[in-house]
Amino acid sequence: MAEVSSPGVLRIAVDVAPIDVAGVLALVSDPSVGAVSLFLGTVRELNDGRPVTGIDYEAYQPMAELELRAIAQEVCDATPGLRIAIEHRVGPLLVGDISVAIAAAHAHRAPALDAARTVIDTLKKRVPIWKQEHYVDGAREWVDPTAAAAERGALQ
Amino acid sequence: MSITVLLFASYADAFGSRRLDVQIGAPCRVDELVDAMRRLPGGARLPAAPLVAVNRGFASVGATINAGDEVALIPPVAGG
Repeated sequence: MAEVSSPGVLRIAVDVAPIDVAGVLALVSDPSVGAVSLFLGTVRELNDGRPVTGIDYEAYQPMAELELRAIAQEVCDATPGLRIAIEHRVGPLLVGDISVAIAAAHAHRAPALDAARTVIDTLKKRVPIWKQEHYVDGAREWVDPTAAAAERGALQ
Repeated sequence: MSITVLLFASYADAFGSRRLDVQIGAPCRVDELVDAMRRLPGGARLPAAPLVAVNRGFASVGATINAGDEVALIPPVAGG
């Protein structure tokens, strides 16, 4: 069966299953591209100096997929020829686990690199996904980037 | 009359539930629904202007909610 190789948004998934990095790379790969960029978000062991043992990710899954698709489509509309695949994991993750994978491919490197950056930056602003960090001392907190930003502003 | 509201993350913790039946007539505006939720146990923990989604898209405070719409309160997002 012939592979369909038209560009655009090739995969959007918000799922508890581990992220298939090779799978998203294979989806965006194509003889027409000369550059493939891959962004991986991973669970870090420290947040604001506080030791983290893991993160529970929660999503409003159907809306999160719609928003991710809209973001990817906006990027593709702005730069024809892009091929994009995105997976975001939800559920309990441990330090080092991959939480998000964004693969972007294009004939040339600048659009491929820029697309991955734009998608992750926009994802963090408007996709309904949340994370609750678990700390070594047993405490748990929902991460609130708006509160952190307000605190930074107040300290300046 | 009531509108069912989906709750997530810190808002689910605030109200102690992942879905809430709010006693309010439909149609109503988004800000009217939020004001009604503020009067419920846990509602004082809502910020000044929480994000609201109607039918899986972000809605402005003046947007109309009709009977049967899927309504969700969206805490500050933190994906990635």
